[in-house]
Amino acid sequence: MPVLCSSCAEKRAVLKRPKTAHSLCKECFFWAFEEEVHQTIISAQLFNHGETVGIGASGGKDSTVLAHVMKVLNERYNYGLKLMLLSVDEGITGYRDDSLETVKRNQQQYELPLKVVSYEELYGWTMDDIVKQVGLKNNCTFCGVFRRQALDRGAMILKVDKICTGHNADDVAETVLMNVLRGDIARLRRCTAISTASEGEGVVPRCKPLKYAYEKEIVLYAYFKKLDYFSTECIYSPNAYRGHARAFLKDLEAVRPSSIMDVIHSGENLSVREGVKMPVQGTCGRCGYISSQALCKSCVLLEGLNRGLPRLGIGKHHRLHDKILSQQPLTQAEERKIKPLKF
Amino acid sequence: MVPLLCLWLVTLNEKTASLPVPMRNSASDDNINMAAPVALHLEFGGGAELLFDGVKEHHVTLPDQLDPWDMKQLLVWIKENLLKERPELFVQGDTVRPGILVLINDADWELMGELQYELQDKDNIVFISTLHGG
Ligand SMILES: [Zn+2]
Ligand SMILES: [Zn+2]
Ligand SMILES: [Zn+2]
Repeated sequence: MPVLCSSCAEKRAVLKRPKTAHSLCKECFFWAFEEEVHQTIISAQLFNHGETVGIGASGGKDSTVLAHVMKVLNERYNYGLKLMLLSVDEGITGYRDDSLETVKRNQQQYELPLKVVSYEELYGWTMDDIVKQVGLKNNCTFCGVFRRQALDRGAMILKVDKICTGHNADDVAETVLMNVLRGDIARLRRCTAISTASEGEGVVPRCKPLKYAYEKEIVLYAYFKKLDYFSTECIYSPNAYRGHARAFLKDLEAVRPSSIMDVIHSGENLSVREGVKMPVQGTCGRCGYISSQALCKSCVLLEGLNRGLPRLGIGKHHRLHDKILSQQPLTQAEERKIKPLKF
Repeated sequence: MVPLLCLWLVTLNEKTASLPVPMRNSASDDNINMAAPVALHLEFGGGAELLFDGVKEHHVTLPDQLDPWDMKQLLVWIKENLLKERPELFVQGDTVRPGILVLINDADWELMGELQYELQDKDNIVFISTLHGG
C-alpha cells in the first residue's frame, strides 16, 4: 500500500515530514527542504552578494548537508557568494583522521576550497596531549572552547566575511532547554538568534541556515541524496547532561513532532525582565577575543596547560586570572587547586 | 550516554562480524501451516552500527513461524540475536528509541504502518541513528 506524494500526486512518498506531516516523494522533498532553507536565508538576510562564506565542516551529517545545500542555493538563486569549507583538526587519533577524510572528499565532490586549522598549530596542543594532562572527565571543556575559537581564527586567516554552521532545529531546541535547565539567562537570550552580528574584534559573524531544519529531514536528505558523511560523536565528549536533554526532546518529538519548533519558538519569544544582571562583554587582555573576564577561556586553559596546571580554567578560578595576566606567582594553595590530576 | 559508546569505536572498527546464521528448520518442510521463512537485508547507519559491532549490513533469515512476521517482532528478534551492546540505546519499550529513523524499502516507516508492517521476503530495512554527531 504505497502512499502517494501529497505534492505531485504522482510518485511514491518516501517520508512523512515531521514539521508539516506531509507525505512527499524524493524529488518533492528535496525541493521543499532546499526552498525552506532558502526562505530562512532570505528572510533573515543572512548573506550579502559578493561575500566570502566559510562553512564550518566537520564531516558530520549537518555540515555535509549544509555545504551541499549552500552550493545548490548559491547557484540556483545566484547569491553571488564565494563558499569555502573550514575544518578544525583537534588532533584526536582515529576520530579526526576519518572525519577529515570525509571533509576532503566533500571538498572534491562539491568543488569547494578547504582550509583545515589544527589545535596543534593554533595552540601548540593536540586533544590527545590535552587528555593526557586532564583526563577524560574534563577534556570537553577544552574541546568546546578551543573549537569555537579555532573556527574564528581559521576564518580570519582565510579572510572570510561570515561563518555558517550546521546547527539544526533540534540543536537549537536542545540548547534552549539546556540554558533553561542551567539558569543561564544570558545564553538563553542569545542562543536562538539565527546570526551573530560581529561581536567585536577577532570574531567573525556566524549564522545557522539550518536553524529551522529538523534533524530527521537532514538525515533523510543526506540518505536519499547519498551524501558522504561521517557519523560518530567526538570520542572525547562525555557530556551526559546534554545527552539527557537530547533524549528528552526526542521523546517529546515522538509524541508530538512540533515540540522541537515549539521549544525554539518559546526561546525566541522569551524576554528578560529589565534589571536582570547580564555579564558585560569585554575582550581578552591577552588575545583580544571576546570575553566577560580579564582572560578569555581559551587563554586561561592554555596558560594552565603550558604551566603544568591543566585544571586552571575548569571550574571557577576567576580570581586567579588577574594574577596570571600580570604574571604574578601563585601561592602554593592556589597551585594545589589547579594541579594535574593523579591517575 | 551515546558518547561513551564511541570510546569503543576504535576497537570496534577492527573487528569483523560473526553473524548468527539462523538455520532453516528441516522439520518445517513437513509442516504446511508454517509461513515461508523471511530473508531480510538489514542496514544500520548514522552510528547505530556501533551497537552491532560496527557492522552496517546484515543478511538474515527469520525462522519459520505460524503468523507473518511484523516489525514489532523483528525488533525483538534483533534485540535477541544481533544487538551486541546496550539495548536501551536501540529499543525503548516495544519500539525503536526515539531519534532512530526506520526505512522500509527506502520509505519512512511512518508511511508503512510502523510496528504493524508485515515483513515480506527480501525486504530492505534500514535503521539510521540521528543521535550521533553533526
Ligand atoms: Zn512528489
Ligand atoms: Zn569533545
Ligand atoms: Zn584570550
